[in-house]
Amino acid sequence: MSDFFSRLSRRSFLDYLLGGGLAALAGAVLFPVLKYIMPPAIPQAVQNDVVAGKVGELAPNSGKVFRFGNKPGLLVRTPAGDYRAFSAVCTHLQCTVQYRDDFKHIWCACHNGHFDLTGRNIAGPPPRPLEEYRVEIRGEDVFAIRQS
Amino acid sequence: MSTIVAKSSFWRERFPVDAVVHFFARKTVPLHRHTIWYYLGGMTLFFFLIQVGTGVLLLLYYRPTAEAAFESVQFIMTKVQFGWLIRSLHSWSANLMVAAAMIHMFSVFFLKAYRKPREITWVSGVLLFFLALAFGFTGYLLPWNTLAYFATRVGTEIVSVVPVIGHELLLFLRGGEDVTGATLTRLFGFHVAVLPMLTTTLLVLHLLLVQVQGMSVPPGEEARAVQRKPMPFFPYFLMRDLVGWLVALGMLAALAALFPWELGEKADPFAPAPPGIKPEWYFLFMFQTLKYVPAKILFLDGEVLGILAFGLVGVFWLLVPFLDRHPEAGGRTRWFTVFGWLALAFIVVMSLLAYVVPQTF
Repeated sequence: MSDFFSRLSRRSFLDYLLGGGLAALAGAVLFPVLKYIMPPAIPQAVQNDVVAGKVGELAPNSGKVFRFGNKPGLLVRTPAGDYRAFSAVCTHLQCTVQYRDDFKHIWCACHNGHFDLTGRNIAGPPPRPLEEYRVEIRGEDVFAIRQS
Repeated sequence: MSTIVAKSSFWRERFPVDAVVHFFARKTVPLHRHTIWYYLGGMTLFFFLIQVGTGVLLLLYYRPTAEAAFESVQFIMTKVQFGWLIRSLHSWSANLMVAAAMIHMFSVFFLKAYRKPREITWVSGVLLFFLALAFGFTGYLLPWNTLAYFATRVGTEIVSVVPVIGHELLLFLRGGEDVTGATLTRLFGFHVAVLPMLTTTLLVLHLLLVQVQGMSVPPGEEARAVQRKPMPFFPYFLMRDLVGWLVALGMLAALAALFPWELGEKADPFAPAPPGIKPEWYFLFMFQTLKYVPAKILFLDGEVLGILAFGLVGVFWLLVPFLDRHPEAGGRTRWFTVFGWLALAFIVVMSLLAYVVPQTF
């Protein structure tokens, strides 16, 4: 300890003090700036089911985009006539997918990604299947329900 | 070059006019068979100045919010006198600027003008090129149309593959988890404040270095350049530069007037991405590559590897003068020329494929 102090001259002590002070000042300035730049998280009401469409609105072999909270969802009526619902956010780079009646499956226009009617990624660059929602028909409404 | 400025004693007493005049009076441009490439830097600067002028004019009417952006651009194009022309010039000149910068950069690369002592000139130039792409990317969203909306979703999603800080970078660019009005306001701030500030600083450095070091003579041309008397910059080369700028202005005006830039449809976050969606031509090669990269390579997502590879090539490109230590004829340097041609061929082929290959298959 005494060895340390004996080697530390008045000059270098002041240099450390000055340098440390400047570093602290820079940190005190930069920290709020960085925190300011990062946007605050906006709390979202967790929504687990939503009316995706009306019964009879979709003909077999067609699809439509609906709002699921602040994200798009895709309601599909298969050629066989049953309803399927997925997240419409492509798992590749987040474009919004659509149902293609000529392919009879789901397609992403941005990088030519293909998904089958269970949401499985079958061709192109998407690395994962689409998130699938459970579909329930209550009266006139087709509900999409997030599976927990 | 005893101009009015130099004669005026008023300025002589207040500014080292004589030194500046003396410097430019002695500035020369070497003549050889590659002299033509010396025009491209000035050409890029010319388009940049057009961008500053038209950009300031667009600011007078543009409103950077999700609710009003599209309508304000529509207003500029339909109600403001010559508004269509100003916007069209801004869009076309942006594209021509990127093209000129690209040709400038590749010519500097192949003529090895980055070699000692011009390393910093190259680094500042490549950074300026990246800034030009950033201008293109941030400006693209501002009209808030469908194409721009999806381009920005994809483009900002790409940064999230950066290791460790990817998600923070995404939040930083988007101003939230999704592309919203917050993203528009943010990219507007980058486009009109942050990027211009950085660009101006780097541009001053880049141009200053070019003035201090003079023009580089490519290896193999030194003998010829010594034989031929160099051309005085003032007024002869400057005159030729100005002719080039005049031609560029004519081309720009013709493009802007004959092919006014389209506005498209207002962005709808709840509509599917339209078929045939493509980014601007200077991002096409990356876009096309991302289509071909398979979903999985071993246990990693293909697109992550693809994007990281592009990032690594970008860093390599920036550091070229420090990696190519012996750029005189022969030796290791030939590999750099080969790499340059391969990179160019890759860019051209991928871009062409994006036009030729049908969008659905």
